[in-house]
Amino acid sequence: MENNIPHESAAKHVSGEAVYVDDILVNDQLLVGRVVYSSHAHAKVKSFDLSQAKKVPGVHMVMCFQDIPGHNQMGPVVKDEICLAIDEVTFVGQAIFLIAAETEEQCINAERLIKVEYEPFEAILTLEKAIEKNLLLGPPSTIKRGDVDSALKKAPHTLRGELRTGAQEHWYLESQVCLCIPGEGREINVYSSTQHPSETQALIAELLGIGKHEVIVEVRRMGGAFGGKETQANHTACWTALLCWATKRPVKIRLFRDDDMKITGKRHRFLSKYEVGFDDEGKLLTAKFELNSDGGAAVDLSFAIMQRAMLHADNAYYIPDFSVMGRVFKTNLPSNTAFRGFGGPQGMAVIETVIDRVARYLKKDPAEIRVKNFYGLESNNVTHYGETIENNRLFMIYEQLITSSEYHNRRRSVNEFNASNEFFKKGLAITPVKFGISFTTSFLNQAGALVIIYKDGSILVNHGGTEMGQGLHTKIQQVAAAELGVSLDRVKVNATNTSKVPNTSATAASAGADLNGMAVKNAIDILKSRIAETMAHIFSEQYHDDPTFRDSIVFENDSIIDSKHPNRRVSFTEAIPLLHLHQVPLSATGFYKTPNIGWDKQKGFGKPFHYYAFGMAVTEVLLDILTGHHTIVRTDILHDVGDSLNEGIDIGQVEGGYIQGVGWCTTEEIKWDDKGNLMTHSPDTYKIPSVQDIPRDFRTALLRGVPNPDTIRKSKAVAEPPLMLALSCWLAIKDAISAVANHQFEPEFSLPATNEVILLSIEKLKKNMEERITLDFVVQR
Amino acid sequence: MASFTIKVNGTRHTVTVNPDTPLLWVLRDTLGLTGTKFGCGRAFCGVCTVHISGEATRSCVTSIESVDGKTITTIEGLSSDLSHPLQQAWIHEDVPQCGYCQSGQIMTAAALLAQKPKPSDDDIDAALAGNICRCGTYNRIRRAIHRAANEVQSIQKGGRR
Repeated sequence: MENNIPHESAAKHVSGEAVYVDDILVNDQLLVGRVVYSSHAHAKVKSFDLSQAKKVPGVHMVMCFQDIPGHNQMGPVVKDEICLAIDEVTFVGQAIFLIAAETEEQCINAERLIKVEYEPFEAILTLEKAIEKNLLLGPPSTIKRGDVDSALKKAPHTLRGELRTGAQEHWYLESQVCLCIPGEGREINVYSSTQHPSETQALIAELLGIGKHEVIVEVRRMGGAFGGKETQANHTACWTALLCWATKRPVKIRLFRDDDMKITGKRHRFLSKYEVGFDDEGKLLTAKFELNSDGGAAVDLSFAIMQRAMLHADNAYYIPDFSVMGRVFKTNLPSNTAFRGFGGPQGMAVIETVIDRVARYLKKDPAEIRVKNFYGLESNNVTHYGETIENNRLFMIYEQLITSSEYHNRRRSVNEFNASNEFFKKGLAITPVKFGISFTTSFLNQAGALVIIYKDGSILVNHGGTEMGQGLHTKIQQVAAAELGVSLDRVKVNATNTSKVPNTSATAASAGADLNGMAVKNAIDILKSRIAETMAHIFSEQYHDDPTFRDSIVFENDSIIDSKHPNRRVSFTEAIPLLHLHQVPLSATGFYKTPNIGWDKQKGFGKPFHYYAFGMAVTEVLLDILTGHHTIVRTDILHDVGDSLNEGIDIGQVEGGYIQGVGWCTTEEIKWDDKGNLMTHSPDTYKIPSVQDIPRDFRTALLRGVPNPDTIRKSKAVAEPPLMLALSCWLAIKDAISAVANHQFEPEFSLPATNEVILLSIEKLKKNMEERITLDFVVQR
Repeated sequence: MASFTIKVNGTRHTVTVNPDTPLLWVLRDTLGLTGTKFGCGRAFCGVCTVHISGEATRSCVTSIESVDGKTITTIEGLSSDLSHPLQQAWIHEDVPQCGYCQSGQIMTAAALLAQKPKPSDDDIDAALAGNICRCGTYNRIRRAIHRAANEVQSIQKGGRR
C-alpha cells in the first residue's frame, strides 16, 4: 500500500479551499442564530418577557421551551439535558432562549431586551463540596481483584496520598457551529461540525418530533474536535435546527469563542485518593484507589469516562491485589464531556504518581521501578478486570527507548547539572502508556460503509467516520485503493452523511480507522467478489477449453487480471462499463463489528478491549526555580501503531497528542469564580501550548516490525494514546522540583503543574530543608 | 454604511459596509474569501491572519475603515497554483491536521520570510507565538518554514528549478 502520502486535504488546507461549516455558501435568506443562556449557576426561572426582543427590526424569531415541537431533550445517553430551560437553570451557560435575526447585531440587541427574573439557589461549584454533600450523579462502581485490605496490612511498605488533576478546555480552533437548511415538507439538512452525525440526527428528529428519515446530517470536516464535538456539538445543532424549523429559513449558529468556552463541558477534573503496598525492591503488591470526578450538571458521557479511568488506573503495571472505586459527582457547572484519552489520562496520572512516589521513597530511579512492575509477557499479564494482555510491547519499547534516548547518561548529566546550579534545576522522566482500544460500551464497536464505483471507474467511498484532522479519510482512501488495486486518485472519500451510511457510532475511542477501515474493506470484498465472478465469465468466453476461475481474479495496478493467465487482463477503466453492461451492481454496503470482545460492567470483568496500543516517552525539562517557568529540553518518543497505515499522519498524531497532553499537564488551568462563572474563557486567560512551548529537541519514532493481528492491514489506532505520553513531562518537572531539596523530601504536586503550583511546591521543600537543618542543629547541641 | 476600496489579491473591490466592520467579515461575507478563518475574534489565536501592505495582521480586529485604500493579501492570493514555497513545504512536511489554523500560520510565516529570509528557530517562535494550533503541528510548522527558506534561497542562487 502506498504509505507516505500527505493528508488528503493538505492542498486544500494550504490554498484556503477546504470548506468548513462556516464556509458553506448559502443564499441571502440565511439568518444568524444566537443562544441566550443562564447567568446563574443554579436558580429558579421565575418569569421572563420576550415581547420587546421580538420587536427588534430584523429579528425573525425568539424562542423558548414552549416553542419546541417535540421532545425538549438533548441528553446523549441519559435524558437529563433539557434543550431549552423550563423553570430552573443548573449552570451558567445553560440555554434558555434562541434568537434568529438577519444580523448578529440584531441578535445581540434583541438579547439585551429579554427580561428574566431569577431566584438564586445554592450552587455547588467545587468537587470537594459535591463529595462532602455526597451529590452523586449515579451509583459508584468498583473493579476489584484480590483482598486489598489484608494485602495492605501485610505489605512491608505503604504510602497513601491524594492527587488532583485539572479540567481541560478542548480549544478546537473551529468553535461549535451548525448550519441548517430547510428542505421540502419536514425535511431538514444539517451541516454540523459533529463527531457523531447519527446522534445529532436522532436528537434533532426527537426535538422536532419528526422521523429520522427527514433529517440529513452531513460533515465534511471539523476544524478540530478532540472529543469536544462527540456529544456537545449536538447542542449547537439542536438549537440551530429549532430556529430553522421555526423560521423555515437557513440558519447558522457559530458560537463566539468566549461563549463556546463558557457553555461547553471540559475534560473531567478528578480528585483521587490512593493507598499502595510494596516490597523493599519497589514491587507493587497491592493498591486501593478512589477516583472522584466532577461530572458537571448532567451525565453526558461521565460514566463511560469514569469507567475508562478505572480501566487505565493500572496503566502498564501488574498489581496483584488491586481495587479501584469510581464516583461521579454533580456540580452546577457545564456537563463535562469526552476529551482525547476519555478518563485514561486521569487514571494513569494516579498510578504514575504512585510509581514515582515509591521510587522516591526507596531512593531509586523511577525508571527502574517502572520496568520492574510492567505486565509480564507470559505471567503477571492479566489486568485487574480480567483481560489478558497479548502482544505486550512494553519491554521492547522500554529497551529501545532507554538506549536511543541515552537515558542513563542523561540521568547522570542531570544530577551533575543539579549539583552545580542553584537557580536552575533539570528533571528527567520516562513514562509508559498502555491504552485499551475499543468502545467499552461493546455494542458501539460497529461501523458501516457504502462504496460506489461509477461507470467512469471513479470510486466514491462513504463511511460512518468523521474527519477532524486525524487523517481518517486519508487512511480510508489508502485502504480502499489498496484493496481494489487502483491508484489513489481514483478514490474519493465523501463527506460523512447520515443518508449514505446510517446508525453509526461516534468517531471516537481512537477507533475510527479500525472500525470504518474494516467496513470499507468488507464492502470492497463484496464488490470484488461480484466483479470477479463476471470477469471470469467474460474472460472465459474466448477460452472455453481453459476457462478463468473467479478465484484466480486479482485486482492490481489499476487492472483486473486472471493471475493464472496474466495475458487475460483488462484495465479498471475499461472493465467497469463492461460490468455495467453485464448488469453487475457496482455499489455495495459493508459492515464490521469488533470480534471477541465482551465486558460485564456490573461485575467489572471481561475483555473490553480488542487490543492495546503501547508507547513510551522520555522528557527532560529545565526549570527556573525563581519563576517556576519550565522549558522542555528534549523529548524522545517511541510509539506502537502496529503496521502504520500512514507514517506521516501517525507521527503527526503522536507529536500533536503529546503536545496537547503537555498543555493539560502544565499551563492549562481552568478557574471558575464563586458564582460559577468561567474566568478562563479566552486565549488571554487560558494558555494552550504554542510553538515556543514544544520540546527544543523533539524525536519521535514508531516501533518497527510489530504487525497487529486481526485489524485493518495490521495497523493500530493512534489518536488518544500519545496524549498520555505527556505524563513524562509532568513527572520530569516534579523530578526537577525534587532536586531543589536534593531528593530528600517528597514534593507536593498536582496537575496541571502551573508556575504557581511549582513555586509553592519549591517553597514548601525549602521550608522542609530549613526545618531539618534547624532540627539537626538542635540535636547536635 | 459607507464605501471603502481595498485591493485584495490584486483585484480592486469597493464595498459598502459599516465603517467598524472587521476586515475579516468583509473578506469572508462580502467577498466570499473563506480561506481566512474566524477563531477568537480578539486577535489572540491568529487564524484570521492576512497581509495588509505586506504585514501580517489579525483581520478580526482590523476595521475596514482603517484599511481603506490598502493592499491586502489572503491565503487565496499567496499563489494561484500552490506554487508558493511555503505551500509546497507545508504539503511536503505534511503539516496540516484539522487545517483550520493553517492559513493563518502560513500567512504569518510568509510575512516572516519576507523580512527574514533565513529565520532561526527562535525567529520562528517569536513570529508565530500568537498563532495557536490545537492539533500541535508546531514541530512541522518549524520544519516547513526552514524548508521553504532553503527553497527560496536555492531559487535565488539559481540552483534548483
